[in-house]
Amino acid sequence: MYIDPHIHMVSRTTDDYQRMALAGCVAITEPAFWAGYDRSSPQGFQDYFRQLTDTEPKRAAQYGIRHHTWLCINPKEAEDPVFAHEVIALIPSFLACESVLGIGEIGLNKNSRNEIEILEAHLELAAKHDLMVLVHTPHLEDKLKGPRLIMDAIRNQGKLDPGRVLIDHVEEHTVGIVLERGFWAGMTLYPDTKCTPQRAVDIFEMHGTERLWINSAGDWGQSDPLAVPKAQLEMRARGHTEASIRKVSFDNPLAFLSQSGRFKTA
Amino acid sequence: MAPAPVLLSKRALIDRSYLEHRAKLLDLAAFLDRVERAQGDGADDFRMRALRECCAMLIDTKPNRAQRVLELLSDQSREPIAHAGTKGATGAVPPTASGAR
Repeated sequence: MYIDPHIHMVSRTTDDYQRMALAGCVAITEPAFWAGYDRSSPQGFQDYFRQLTDTEPKRAAQYGIRHHTWLCINPKEAEDPVFAHEVIALIPSFLACESVLGIGEIGLNKNSRNEIEILEAHLELAAKHDLMVLVHTPHLEDKLKGPRLIMDAIRNQGKLDPGRVLIDHVEEHTVGIVLERGFWAGMTLYPDTKCTPQRAVDIFEMHGTERLWINSAGDWGQSDPLAVPKAQLEMRARGHTEASIRKVSFDNPLAFLSQSGRFKTA
Repeated sequence: MAPAPVLLSKRALIDRSYLEHRAKLLDLAAFLDRVERAQGDGADDFRMRALRECCAMLIDTKPNRAQRVLELLSDQSREPIAHAGTKGATGAVPPTASGAR
């Protein structure tokens, strides 16, 4: 049994839902993200948010999987602040949906000033509505710089509890600084970028299993919707106990996400 | 909670994963050969320079190689950039970046 707490099912087939269910997935959370192209109008996000809050929960339910979501305009579309503020203004009308857990995945992509302005606007929205936050950290050479800027923005906002914020896509060079500052951290299991299942298990061995989760972040790029059960298999092969495996792939995401008051596994 | 120990012995880890990493090493060696055989510019590409520096790091005797490789491939600057000129990342720090070493 497992939870995949970060996966973009709008980009995946129904077969993937079936395979995930067969592998033991009981619940997922789907953050709003970049579609691979910039939307031409804020109304494109109105439709996307309907897809996340209405269509995907129904698709997931066919396979006994509980679907939840996080809303935002992602940092890859934050370089046009006027556009981004218009999208952010759409979010409050969706917050009454029972499957909306919070704001995400917000954060930074290239660590630009415009991205920081839009990150701060999202943080204000989260604080105003007492919402949890899921944070994306930058890719590859930009990753090391991102978490510090993001955590500083959260600290400067002043009202958000780090215990209700998860900073995702950490690797060996960023996991320590995130955990030290009291945030939750997520490891994304990708074939070529971010963490492999083997390295994620190394990180558990080096940093422990408190406030850490694993996810597939399966999307339209090279990714694997079965990455979490593959990491479970890696842990088992390396002699980790069933309790440890359950902790990182079920108990930890359950503990973090349950703070929303809306997360369900059945 | 204290960090979990590595539960398998050195020998067991090697027995389990040596062939997998031998294959990855050969892939890297063949990639370097392939780039060398190819025509055109790119012999001094910043990504290839970074890759060679990382290779040297793998055979030193210091710990935390994965973390140090990631740091070597990272923008070390601390200030935000003025504008994001692109959405993508290259996997090594371009020589024109503010955080280039």
